[in-house]
Amino acid sequence: MAQIIVVTSGKGGVGKTTSSAAIATGLALKGHKTVVIDFDIGLRNLDLIMGCERRVVYDFVNVINGEANLNQALIKDKRCDKLFVLPASQTRDKDALTKEGVGKVLEDLSKDFDYILCDSPAGIETGAMMALYFADTAIVTTNPEVSSVRDSDRILGMLQSRSRRAEQSLEPVKEFLLLTRYAPNRVKTGEMLSVEDVKEILAIPLLGVIPESQSVLKASNSGVPVIVDQQSDAGQAYSDAVARLLGDEVPLRFVNEEKKGILKRIFGS
Amino acid sequence: MHKAVLELKGSSFTLSVLHLNADNIDVLLQELDKKLAQAPQFFQNAPLVLNLAAVNEKTLDLAQLKQALIARKLFVVGVTGVQGILAATAQELGLPVIKSGKEQFSKPAAKAPTRTTKIVKQTVRSGQQVYAKDADLVVFGAVSNGAEVIADGSIHIHGTLRGKAMAGAQGDNNAIIIANTLSAELVSIAGNYWLSDSIQAHSNGSGACVRLDGESLIIESLPT
Ligand SMILES: Nc1ncnc2c1ncn2[C@@H]1O[C@H](COP(=O)(O)OP(=O)(O)OP(=O)(O)O)[C@@H](O)[C@H]1O
Ligand SMILES: [Mg+2]
Repeated sequence: MAQIIVVTSGKGGVGKTTSSAAIATGLALKGHKTVVIDFDIGLRNLDLIMGCERRVVYDFVNVINGEANLNQALIKDKRCDKLFVLPASQTRDKDALTKEGVGKVLEDLSKDFDYILCDSPAGIETGAMMALYFADTAIVTTNPEVSSVRDSDRILGMLQSRSRRAEQSLEPVKEFLLLTRYAPNRVKTGEMLSVEDVKEILAIPLLGVIPESQSVLKASNSGVPVIVDQQSDAGQAYSDAVARLLGDEVPLRFVNEEKKGILKRIFGS
Repeated sequence: MHKAVLELKGSSFTLSVLHLNADNIDVLLQELDKKLAQAPQFFQNAPLVLNLAAVNEKTLDLAQLKQALIARKLFVVGVTGVQGILAATAQELGLPVIKSGKEQFSKPAAKAPTRTTKIVKQTVRSGQQVYAKDADLVVFGAVSNGAEVIADGSIHIHGTLRGKAMAGAQGDNNAIIIANTLSAELVSIAGNYWLSDSIQAHSNGSGACVRLDGESLIIESLPT
């Protein structure tokens, strides 16, 4: 039985897709058979970040509608043979996702995979509810700012009341905080909330802190999940998060302002 | 023993209530005819109560309305939500003024209901609302911005109150709100409320007890 993990946030543009791609890749690189599903019907983003957009033939909605089977729709990653992508449709509307349809696909995938990652769309409408409904674990992606924290709180409420686990009174969904686009220097100036502030408000365990980093944009432009770039701070931070997800204890990195060396101070970074 | 010729017993019936939200009889009848056309069986010979709370008592011609309803085989057995002239007119027309169960019983609490305690063992999140009916409310966790906790009794929050808390929701002036840390959007006791600005002005953000002193709220720090 696979573990179903939703990457969710409420607020848009906080780094859900970036994180889904990175964490799915990280799990696969550690030897776990992993599939990452794009629930953002109509927008299609994940396949770009995963660098497989030109290999999309069938999509999630085709499978739900019985127009293609899973084997036809799943795209095997170029770099890692334990990693698969189930892309979203660009053309269809969000109502294509039904609880029965999604449930059936997840059930089928569960037989074959260790981890199923669900990249949620923003908001709290059908798409986001479908992405979180079947989750065993939720990675609540949050930026260190008030509106994002507020939306994450809202999503946590939904996980506690509207998920399958809540409805069937099963053990509650495991919730983790992933703080993304963290810029220690802007925390210091008071422009951003600190790790401690966010932890205090959301009161769930911290899975990781991903620094604001140029490497993320570079990675997504070249269609390679940033975790593959182990030279980068963001890539290393995602590796730490994956290790924690698998139960390891890893100290936090990249949360304090980096001391600039003399050369950097002169030439900028 | 033989049965009494007359017996008086209380009984309750479920009646359909027609809410009138306009004064103009033509408009009302037009709308009504549409409804009747949709479900003629449902309304045939049905006893109806008219709720007139939303109409202007000076402009509504109740007699004309009654005739029009009878012509449509609808039997008006009473009116509700009326005062003053309309109540008098109704009586002249032989229509009793009736009060709904809610109106009758929600008046000054006849007897204080027994109060229990509702316990919530997690943070109340943005968008969630918890209501402790006839009870005190105890929260082990925080109350987030955008969340609401309401109790007919008192509210104890073993965590930070960032959202809204309303104690004494049915009018109990003795209800209090206690929070480990008070940085609320709103606190209210028996309908007397303060918004965050007033709360900040009267507290230092640490543990606090909010209660009603006469007509006005006061916030006291908790002993540490
Ligand atoms: N750690 C980071 N450092 C710098 N930029 C980042 C970081 N994480 C994400 N971004 C950028 O933020 C933008 C939004 O990221 P992403 O698409 O992953 O967010 P999302 O939550 O999936 O958005 P949506 O709600 O639209 O689905 C992208 O341009 C991405 O490159
Ligand atoms: Mg996205």
